Amino acid sequence: MNTQQKLLWVFGGIVALLALASAIGWLLQRRKGPTEVIRNLNARVNAWWAMVAVLGACFWLGPIATLVVFAFISFFALREFITLTPTRAGDHKPLAVAFYVLVPLQYWLIQQEWYGLFAIFIPVYGFLGLPVLAVFAGDTEDFLERVTKIQWGVMIAVYCISHAPALLILNLPGFEGQGALLLLYLMLVVQISDVMQYVFGKLFGRHKLAPKVSPSKTVEGLIGGGLAATGIGTALWWITPFTPLQSALMSLVIVICGVFGGLALSAVKRSLGAKDWGSMIEGHGGMMDRMDSVCFAAPVFFHLTRYFFIG
Amino acid sequence: MMVRGAAATLVGLTRLLVGARADWRAEPSTQQSLYFANHSSHLDTLAIWSALSPEQRRVTRPVAARDYWDKPGLRTFLSGRVLRAILIERRRDAQAADPLLPVFAALEQGDSLILFPEGTRTAERLPQPFRGGLHRIAEAFPQLQLVPAYLDTLHRSLPKGSHVPLPLYCTVRFGAALAREAGEARAAFLARAHQSVVTLAGGERKASA
Repeated sequence: MNTQQKLLWVFGGIVALLALASAIGWLLQRRKGPTEVIRNLNARVNAWWAMVAVLGACFWLGPIATLVVFAFISFFALREFITLTPTRAGDHKPLAVAFYVLVPLQYWLIQQEWYGLFAIFIPVYGFLGLPVLAVFAGDTEDFLERVTKIQWGVMIAVYCISHAPALLILNLPGFEGQGALLLLYLMLVVQISDVMQYVFGKLFGRHKLAPKVSPSKTVEGLIGGGLAATGIGTALWWITPFTPLQSALMSLVIVICGVFGGLALSAVKRSLGAKDWGSMIEGHGGMMDRMDSVCFAAPVFFHLTRYFFIG
Repeated sequence: MMVRGAAATLVGLTRLLVGARADWRAEPSTQQSLYFANHSSHLDTLAIWSALSPEQRRVTRPVAARDYWDKPGLRTFLSGRVLRAILIERRRDAQAADPLLPVFAALEQGDSLILFPEGTRTAERLPQPFRGGLHRIAEAFPQLQLVPAYLDTLHRSLPKGSHVPLPLYCTVRFGAALAREAGEARAAFLARAHQSVVTLAGGERKASA
């Protein structure tokens, strides 16, 4: 099977799953009426159709389109992060640079396949440059807190998320030009893990995992959803350069990082005084509510794959 | 046709850039209204205008400063034809007649208005004390609904002195129309109007907290 055929098979599977989810949602609404939970469920499924359509269009149009879409995802995620962060007039310059320079630059570096600079630009030059841009405003009140929050937003929303489409330029020996499959693999395992945790939590959830941080997460959801996602990831070994066992381990790592990302970013969100990051994706909240697991899973998956499989 | 296209484009661009989502804390007003808000950036007028429903927008005109909006080219087209702004004179020396006369004329025609009672932009999240114009309008039009609004992120998006707007999501919070109190003194009325906007602002999330 070539890359195209593999992509088609996987997308066919996703569409079948979504059709099943839509059918279940429709049946539930007919049986039990439009309760709060069912309405939210159906809104989520509909949003999934839209997200899958966008991702599908990316793969169909090629790497440039994928990079542009992920650049916008970073842009919207950073927007939500900074909107919730109480910045001051003196932060205007570093913020303008973050939105209008760092986001396009980071994705341009991927497009150029300039790995050396892609991997360090934000952690080194962004980290050091942002406080320099802020200092000229001459406002020292809460300076460390303000700069730290901008650095955090840029690291999470731009640097971390950009590692997902960076999989496109990982030219693994014997797997050249098939980076799109790795990206699809990552996104599928992360998002299926989120969905399965939600489903298992709603069906069997008894014990809250972290009631203060993320009240909807349950231990039963975590274990059931995590195992299901790891299983599905393992079963997808044939689209990756991994053996089934390696694929199981990679999926497990992706699931665990995703859970950690969801929890840590939920705590960040709550410390900023919000329940949702935004209202962009119907039923899900904001872009960051959907990407929080990817933020943590993408860089780890990228570097593990690069370290062990570059040969 | 061109004007309607320009209006739709303007609303679309404003939403794309700063969100401008409406958050009605009370029933949206259906009568002739005056929306008054805190003023912190050149985007304020467009943000409130874009947050209103199409029906409200059709009858609502912003009150704006002549020295900013009456520049030849795009600004005149936008303020004159698209926003149908009521341009008033801010500079004292140019104020031969009462600067509020065109405002009264528009209200007599039944138009709703957007007004920034501080008169000028402030870099802070809370508004400065209101100037007297709002009181004169309220006295002259006792039936007018005085609807407070608060713009929550625009003082950060485009603070005074900056030229590049940041794409933060702005929510426009509309409150309940001010109750009218017969015989209320000017200062008390202005303080109450000011407080209604401050209340919509809510508490600050401190950067260090």
